[in-house]
Amino acid sequence: MSVANKYETVVGLEVHVELHTNSKIFCGCSTAFGAPPNTHTCPVCLGHPGVLPVLNRQAVEYAMKAAMALNCTIADVSKFDRKNYFYPDSPKAYQISQYDQPIGENGWIDIEVNGETKRIGITRLHLEEDAGKLTHVDGGYASLVDFNRVGTPLVEIVSEPDIRTPEEAKAYLEKLKAIMLYCEVSDVKMEEGSLRCDANISLRPWGQEKFGTRAELKNMNSFRSVQRGLEYEQFRQAEILDSGGEVVQETRRYDDAVGKSFSMRGKEEAHDYRYFPDPDLVRLHISEEWKQSVRASIPELPDARKARYTADYGLPAYDAEVITSSKKLADFFEDSLNYTKDAKAVSNWIMGDLLGYLNSNGLELSDVKITGQGLGEMIGLLESGTISGKIAKTVFKSMLESGKRPQQIVEEQGLVQISDEGALLAVVDSIIEKNPQPVEDFKSGNDKAIGFLVGQIMKETKGKANPALVNKLLVDRLKS
Amino acid sequence: MSITLKDVEHVANLARLELTDAEKAQFTDQLNAILKYAEKLNELDTENVEPTSHVLPITNVMRDDVRKESLPIEKVLLNAPDEEDGQIKVPAVLE
Amino acid sequence: MALFDLRLQEVHNKLNNKELSVTELVDASYARIKETEPAIKAFLTLNEDNARTEAHALDKRLGDGGEHGLLFGLPAGIKDNIVTEGLLTTCASQFLSNYNPIYSATSARKLKEADAVTIGKLNMDEFAMGGSNENSSFYPTRNPWNTEYVPGGSSGGSAASVAAGQVYFSLGSDTGGSIRQPAAYCGIVGLKPTYGLVSRFGLVAFASSLDQIGPLTKNVEDAAYVLQAIAGYDASDSTSANVEIPDYTAALTGDVKGLRIGVPKEYLGAGIDPRVKEAVMNALKVYESLGATWEEVSLPHTDYAIATYYLLASSEASSNLARFDGVRYGVRADNPDNLIDLYRKSRSQGFGPEVKRRIMLGTYALSSGYYDAYYLKAQKVRTLIKQDFDNVFNQYDLIIGPTAPTPAFRIGEQIGDPLTMYLNDICTIPVSLAGVPAISVPCGTADGLPIGLQIIGKAFDESTVLRAAHAFEAHTDHHKLRPQL
Repeated sequence: MSVANKYETVVGLEVHVELHTNSKIFCGCSTAFGAPPNTHTCPVCLGHPGVLPVLNRQAVEYAMKAAMALNCTIADVSKFDRKNYFYPDSPKAYQISQYDQPIGENGWIDIEVNGETKRIGITRLHLEEDAGKLTHVDGGYASLVDFNRVGTPLVEIVSEPDIRTPEEAKAYLEKLKAIMLYCEVSDVKMEEGSLRCDANISLRPWGQEKFGTRAELKNMNSFRSVQRGLEYEQFRQAEILDSGGEVVQETRRYDDAVGKSFSMRGKEEAHDYRYFPDPDLVRLHISEEWKQSVRASIPELPDARKARYTADYGLPAYDAEVITSSKKLADFFEDSLNYTKDAKAVSNWIMGDLLGYLNSNGLELSDVKITGQGLGEMIGLLESGTISGKIAKTVFKSMLESGKRPQQIVEEQGLVQISDEGALLAVVDSIIEKNPQPVEDFKSGNDKAIGFLVGQIMKETKGKANPALVNKLLVDRLKS
Repeated sequence: MSITLKDVEHVANLARLELTDAEKAQFTDQLNAILKYAEKLNELDTENVEPTSHVLPITNVMRDDVRKESLPIEKVLLNAPDEEDGQIKVPAVLE
Repeated sequence: MALFDLRLQEVHNKLNNKELSVTELVDASYARIKETEPAIKAFLTLNEDNARTEAHALDKRLGDGGEHGLLFGLPAGIKDNIVTEGLLTTCASQFLSNYNPIYSATSARKLKEADAVTIGKLNMDEFAMGGSNENSSFYPTRNPWNTEYVPGGSSGGSAASVAAGQVYFSLGSDTGGSIRQPAAYCGIVGLKPTYGLVSRFGLVAFASSLDQIGPLTKNVEDAAYVLQAIAGYDASDSTSANVEIPDYTAALTGDVKGLRIGVPKEYLGAGIDPRVKEAVMNALKVYESLGATWEEVSLPHTDYAIATYYLLASSEASSNLARFDGVRYGVRADNPDNLIDLYRKSRSQGFGPEVKRRIMLGTYALSSGYYDAYYLKAQKVRTLIKQDFDNVFNQYDLIIGPTAPTPAFRIGEQIGDPLTMYLNDICTIPVSLAGVPAISVPCGTADGLPIGLQIIGKAFDESTVLRAAHAFEAHTDHHKLRPQL
């Protein structure tokens, strides 16, 4: 496929992120995921006659925080509007959303693809309520409605059409996710639907300024599926253009199992949402003081941390990027540094052993018990020579599973490095005595023979011998 | 501006109302009469007038993020025309 | 019914002196309903068993010397668009004919906290859309003064039940005149408070930016008591005003000396029944005699109020009534072909013609391409109308005029012509758009049908409105007239 040769791809993403408030945006029902159907509902979120919404302050502040972290300008005056449409998961038959005065506008984030930094514009971020969930039953002839999710606060983040490749789309989503996690406004669990993404994608011949006709792609439920869906759509539209056809402006549903998108045409009517200001809610006047106090609650964001890690700790850009891509990982890194000064060592352990273990087992940092303090202390034990690099591997593994502190693991398992010269000399002598041939080989100039002898000593001491000391003693003995 | 029968059908569809032919004809006439009457608003220059959506100068009404008890499921389903497994049942949504 | 003609204080004195029990009050209410309801049809649902149980409990408390709420033992009717848990709330619509509420409106809860006894739910125009009660899906309520005539609306059941002596007082709701106009037609007192004074939580929304709950009573003092019980900030209503609630009965001094009254020429111009005009002029003479002054003023945008109102209210209503979709409650149509068919059939079978008409109008006004021309334009004109009132209130304490241009009309007389029907609200709608309080008090009759005087005040100045209404009542006998049933 040679899409990239002939056409430039233009993508804009609409991302919905659920804010993790305790209660819903307009009533006091819990937002917790996974409750039995309809047990987190009340007359307000069920849209009973006569009920009225009251806005959750925390939802507003989370939205402001998210918008600020995306470098948006925060509105001085904002309001809520009704978006009218009938659907069984929408109890009032309108969604309370924001039409022309969103919380934030004109922001941006930087993404990194193939070592290049690119800025993606954020058109707007607005606050709205989530809908319920439908399950199909009776062989598809009926649906059951669970209203638990209705009223969960959402921010919708709309990007500018600045994204040019599926890889950029994925990088954008990963950056967005990292920022939301850093701000602690959402847990961003795609499998629980707390981050959802729709994409607008069009192709245009290179050099053409005017955008091509776009398709809206829905139902992509993982970052990978967004990338694959866009790749497929790119291919589909290129084929149409190549054959002299015209892309139809429509909504398409991506089926990840089949790897194809399907038109939803005819099944979706032309919408006329009849937006108007919700008369049940009053305007938001967002003062400078309020903005300042929310801004003060934003922690250091991934880009700033990355810059600091490369500048202050000398980490390679790649390592800094990986570590700061997750706030938990970056926090873990910094926590370790409270117990050791050797940032490079911490970074190496994270990049190698920790991420290796997590990735090969499909786990998240929160799934293992090791702490930053544990890693930092372990590196301390290595520095002081209390344990060897080999023992450290054992200790590290044990920390992953038990979360115990390294000192305790070393003591419980008797893993302290033997650095006592007298005790080691006895072992060295006995090994020399038992292996006359390798000793001979070494003396006749075969340096490799020493490796065998060290190995035998380590074996004898169950790996606890201080390897540097063993080397030194052995060489001394053999040369004397 | 004048409303046609087709407009009435379009609006009825948006509002999810099913109208008889007689109703459509009647609403076409009546809505035309009402909207014609409403055209008198155009006599007024409102170029520099702020719209009033609230008569009271109230802003920033918010509640604390505190959970309240939800309803028992019996109450949730008390008025349900059709239900199954604690959920409201409706004909399938077309996909 | 002499019992319900007593003033609230007199009823409470009798209760305290054991000359009367709550049970007797409640019995009297149901007896009167039994006697007059076939002719009046004010009620949709009676709460008889519960009311009698509550009456017994209140009598027991009376005997034990327990605390008395402000409206202790008073038989109350509640308009059927105010949600009452466990008591059917239909909004006089087929769609909600089976709706059993799972919560109570703040105002209903406050009535209960004030120890009033809910007698039943009152008939109205479907979803409060109408001014004659002919739009009830079940049956029209009739005017107790002449049952061939409408009681007004939309709170027609609320007004007729008080006028007929079926209940001691009632709650209604007013969006464009729906308390004041039926109060005028039925010869009683009806107060629409300032927008935001009484919580709308649990009032089934018609037009959210206009709806207000208020009392309908036989006299001004009782209106002050009921208002006292239901007014006040409610955290469940974001549009509820967080203002200090004064002692409304303390304001009833009888003294109106020095009050400056503006009389809008637009309210007494063409289209006003000369007998109504005469009654209003006579009322102004009463005020003059009491030391108040009045002058003619102008509310220049009055002529635009009805168009503004119907665009705004219908637009809001089209969205507010969308939730009646047959999914979670209400009457779902049988055997729909599919989901969209379920929506269409349930709504079309559930709503009456006026409701459909307003949903159509509102949907059209909000639809793509028309928002600016209709909804936004109307919101801007609303600003001008509100400014009219602000300007007059810079120089005057009150605005006085008729409540309605004519007395009640015959059932069926206007039903075929919605626009003419809308014009009946010319004196009440501007007040609703401005959000200010107004009361209607009886000020005369024409051909045996009552005429209402409308007294309009500044925002949250219910005290002055009540004071002026009370002084007028104290020096006239119009409120003492009773329909012969």
